[in-house]
Amino acid sequence: MSDAWIAVLVVGAGTMLIKAVGPVGVAHRTLPPRAERLLELVAPAILAALVIDETFGKGRHLVVDARLAGAGAAVLLALARAPYWAIVLAGAAATAAVRAF
Amino acid sequence: MESTATTLLLRRALRAGAPVFPAATAVGLSFGVLARTEHFGGTAAIVMSATTFAGSSQIATVSLLGGGSTLAAAIVAALLLNSRYGPIGISVARAFRGRLVRRFAEAQLVVDESWALGNGDRSLIVGICVLLWICWVGGTATGVALGSVIGDPNRYGIDGAFAALFVALLAMQIRSRTRATVAVLGATIAAALTPVTPAGVPIVVATAAVLAGWRRA
Repeated sequence: MSDAWIAVLVVGAGTMLIKAVGPVGVAHRTLPPRAERLLELVAPAILAALVIDETFGKGRHLVVDARLAGAGAAVLLALARAPYWAIVLAGAAATAAVRAF
Repeated sequence: MESTATTLLLRRALRAGAPVFPAATAVGLSFGVLARTEHFGGTAAIVMSATTFAGSSQIATVSLLGGGSTLAAAIVAALLLNSRYGPIGISVARAFRGRLVRRFAEAQLVVDESWALGNGDRSLIVGICVLLWICWVGGTATGVALGSVIGDPNRYGIDGAFAALFVALLAMQIRSRTRATVAVLGATIAAALTPVTPAGVPIVVATAAVLAGWRRA
């Protein structure tokens, strides 16, 4: 079996197990109210980390490149309460424009 | 009856997820093109999209293997990138009921976008994710098929669109002062850890930012 197929199998199976941890392991337990309220804050924490990763991340380095223009345009449009499709489209357009220069 | 309910759910999911479907298709497409240029194999790429179904880890696997990394290193990096699904799954665990097998199956449908847009609503998470899966696998297959015709997909700013997508999803989450503080803290942790830990670790550790809500919680 090629390395590619082994990776497909192992990463696929591993990811499925990781995804199952919460819904399989925790679903029937009642958590203390404080824990439940802290869990509601997981979304802003992880999404903010993903913004950093997608904007500046390159392996183990933080780099400033054309993606910053896309993220910047997205922040401006999000502040202006633009619809999502406009935010995503502006992100692509700004990144492509900066890269073309 | 059943089909009417399904149609209604799909319509609701289509509306709620509208912003993310084109982006998922485009990133899926660029993954397919990448798999071709890195000699990963088109079928393996499509199967990976259908089963692993997590963009950043798939892209990491393909580019690491293509760049001459060992198989073990590529696998560990990909699984670390997906380790965020531990805390993500726990945060929506309450929405899932029923037998173990069913919860295991439905857990697979919690991905970044369906989680962020579904707001803890089980049927909405499932609906968005099914549509997202079709876009993701379809995009990958198209990328594999077109391959070199497209050239470097990032020429069209697809990586920037992905960054913008997460900005949009994050903006929706910032509904209070506490949530804004948590976001700033999460971003700071991710930025600080990126140069010193393997990829994926900063995103998981950023979960610790929720502790900023300890007092108000």
